[in-house]
Amino acid sequence: MTDASVPQNVAPPPAEVPDVDLYHAHSWITKYVFSQDAKVIAIQYAGTAITVGILALVLSWVIRLQLAFPGAIPFIDANVYYQSVTMHGMIMVVYMLTAIFLGGFGNYLIPLMVGARDMVFPYVNMLSYWVYLIATLVLVSSYFFPGGPTGAGWTLYPPQSILTGTPGHEYGIILMLVSLILFIVGFTMGGLNYVVTVLQARTRGMTLMRMPLTVWGIFSAAVMALLAFPGLFVACVMLLLDRTLGTSFFMPSLVELGERKDYVGGSPILFQHLFWFFGHPEVYIVALPAFGIVSDLISVHARKNIFGYRMMVWAIIAIGVLSMVVWGHHMYISGMDPWFGFFFAVTTLAIAVPTALKVYNWVLTLWHADIHFTTPMLFALGFLVTFVNGGITGLYLGNVIVDVPLSATLFVVAHFHMVMGIAPVLVIFGAIYHWYPKITGRMMDERLGKIHFWITFLGAYAIFFPMHYLGVLGMPRRFYEMGETAFVPASAATLNIVITVIALAVGFAQSIFFYNLFKSLKYGAPAGGNPWRAASLEWQTPETPPGHGNWGKHLPVVYRWPYAYSVPGAPEDYLPQNAPPVRGERSP
Amino acid sequence: MSIAIAMVLVVAGSILFHVLSPWRATPIASNWGFIDDTMGLTFLVTGAGFVAVILFMAYCLYRFRHVPGRRAAYEPENQKLEAWLGIVTTIAVIILLAPGLLVWGQFITVPKDAMVIEAVGVQWSWSFRLPGADNQLGSSDVRYIDTTNSMGLSPADPKGQDDLLIASSELHLPIGKPVKVLLRSIDVLHDFYVPEIRAKMDLVPGVVTYFWFTPTKIGEYEILCAAYCGTGHPQMRGKMVIESEADFETWRTAQQTFEQSRKSDASRDKRASAQ
Ligand code: HEM
Ligand SMILES: [Cu+2]
Ligand SMILES: [Cu+2]
Repeated sequence: MTDASVPQNVAPPPAEVPDVDLYHAHSWITKYVFSQDAKVIAIQYAGTAITVGILALVLSWVIRLQLAFPGAIPFIDANVYYQSVTMHGMIMVVYMLTAIFLGGFGNYLIPLMVGARDMVFPYVNMLSYWVYLIATLVLVSSYFFPGGPTGAGWTLYPPQSILTGTPGHEYGIILMLVSLILFIVGFTMGGLNYVVTVLQARTRGMTLMRMPLTVWGIFSAAVMALLAFPGLFVACVMLLLDRTLGTSFFMPSLVELGERKDYVGGSPILFQHLFWFFGHPEVYIVALPAFGIVSDLISVHARKNIFGYRMMVWAIIAIGVLSMVVWGHHMYISGMDPWFGFFFAVTTLAIAVPTALKVYNWVLTLWHADIHFTTPMLFALGFLVTFVNGGITGLYLGNVIVDVPLSATLFVVAHFHMVMGIAPVLVIFGAIYHWYPKITGRMMDERLGKIHFWITFLGAYAIFFPMHYLGVLGMPRRFYEMGETAFVPASAATLNIVITVIALAVGFAQSIFFYNLFKSLKYGAPAGGNPWRAASLEWQTPETPPGHGNWGKHLPVVYRWPYAYSVPGAPEDYLPQNAPPVRGERSP
Repeated sequence: MSIAIAMVLVVAGSILFHVLSPWRATPIASNWGFIDDTMGLTFLVTGAGFVAVILFMAYCLYRFRHVPGRRAAYEPENQKLEAWLGIVTTIAVIILLAPGLLVWGQFITVPKDAMVIEAVGVQWSWSFRLPGADNQLGSSDVRYIDTTNSMGLSPADPKGQDDLLIASSELHLPIGKPVKVLLRSIDVLHDFYVPEIRAKMDLVPGVVTYFWFTPTKIGEYEILCAAYCGTGHPQMRGKMVIESEADFETWRTAQQTFEQSRKSDASRDKRASAQ
């Protein structure tokens, strides 16, 4: 760790690193299919994640159509509804968000941002993607088995998830569990790579406290995932055994639809502990990379250093540590010992402090800045609004007694979509608009990008903000149909129709993005190496898109932090991390 | 530029929606008004934070937008400011947490004189059990469940013989008396949820959970299941009737005890086999 006050005037010589260690592809197949280059693997990960993400988006239309027009669409029965909810939720959280942030952005950005030639274990990195792909295919294949995919809800709570009252109890649940186990195996291979690369492969001068916050975010998320996923792993294995071999890890003795089952003595609450021991950190596994990326987008496009860098790093670490001990806030009304409520409410609300500090620092970065309203910047700002909104409702649900009336209602659905659905998705879009020029060498269309932003941001806010109020009213989530219920006024049905119409519009508007994505590949304006005039290393590669090995003959040498924007006395409003020191410069 | 305006509009729109929204919490019918108060306090504190942060951001976006010749300031950190913001946030969090924890303390402390009843969940209906003359509920276990004993009461337990069984999904309770609701599931997770009561709690097969409340308003309320329990989950409904002590007594004396229900089932069986 460097002290901010130590001047870095002495230029060390560049590191002569022969690229003998690097694997060179010899055929088209090893270059683009079974590739060991992190940049190719990143595109594969992101492409797969976005593809299943589209499936999950379409499933959200199924859910929304049913909620707005109950019974009007013939093929949506209760089974299809619950299967859609389950697959939508699980795909979005695990197969889309986790995969794209760590496998996609992690693979592309970590080596480039820390000045490495590749990930440290390229072969394992390749395996990681292929196992992830198989996991995804296993999950989707459940649509083609008798009974279809599981409709257990993404939380998969036993006993219900493996009993006959739930759709997909024949094969769907087995495939879901197998797929999750594979996903975790694949992720672990990738995750070890990300962590070791950050720790071991940084170039000369790239101290930990000079890493871009994007790397800090992805690194901390990878560490957390390596600690949290094992919880889900064992839960899946044990549930699979309960389902296939009739063990009773989670299954007490019970009578199902009049028939006495052979299970005896298991604990359904144990599953919930294991699930949320993974499930809560999972929120931050998605959020921390988003935090990091947003910090970098704001800094670059506001031409100003990120405010309070060291606080930002410590906040990431504090959030990471605390988030391992808050899982019980998902279980306030689960029947666990109510005394736990005190503990988990305190830890949960404690997280609000470092999180709020991050928000303040993002906003303070805008103070006395020089703000360019580019598309990536707009998405970063949209993130701030939805994240602050969703973070605030977390204070309701974390404060144990306030959670009691709100839990299991649409308030929860609105909260987590705002904070871990919409907010990270806005960051993903912003990040794609931002790094697309580096990945392809061409700019995306700014005008289309802005149209895409306005529809997505305002639309998503309009979908989920009013939903909180249905939750306050008391409307439960995971209800296939509300039916006649005395306390629900007719106006609630109208609101549901409005929300659905907006959701469909926002969904279709994503085609603007995809059109832009593909059109710009060929017709986008040539980007040059550093179109945003950014200071971090990935923009300083000798070639754009970066070649195999990233850096040509010499690895870059780093002289300062990645936020040297508008440094007094510097000729331009940014100083690349690898530009030799300016006289009298005192950058961290 | 337009994003600054959009943020002001988002804040204004959100406040307006909050004020005008017809979707509000149902009129409360229990002693848990403190929960509503804590939520109201949370709304004030967090709402102020939301408005302040977003409006400040909108101001920055307007004031520091790029114009030719502008150059940003260079200010890596300001530890004093960061410390102050940290302190203010911590205080706000304590203001929310302290009353919340106090009310939670009440929520988990059941009054000694509470009347004990039991709600039983099964895919996908509710049934209930009230103690008989001995004021005690008998023991139960899923292995006793059969066609004449759907709640699985232990046939040998003398305490259970006079228990009142209510198979009709309709629970009556007297106004003004604290009730401790024991929750038991014989298949999967369910959750006893009456929005007007504010409280809810999961039913977990294999263990007995509980919560308590005092009904404060005469009326009929719908009981929902708030834990997804399979395809029939939304149809799992019951009715809770809060009435005067006298009406409640009339209703209670009309209910069948466990012993009576076994006898009438047995005699029905005998008649069926004689025919
Ligand atoms: C515009 C896009 C989206 C729409 C319209 C949408 C809509 C919905 C709806 C209506 C539900 C069901 C709520 C209920 O139970 O009644 C749902 C569930 C869920 N969604 Fe989304 N969603 C969207 C995007 C996302 C994203 C990006 C995520 C990623 C975190 C996500 C994660 C989930 C999860 C975890 C569930 C819960 C599934 C369950 O209850 O088992 N959704 N969504
Ligand atoms: Cu959580
Ligand atoms: Cu249910």
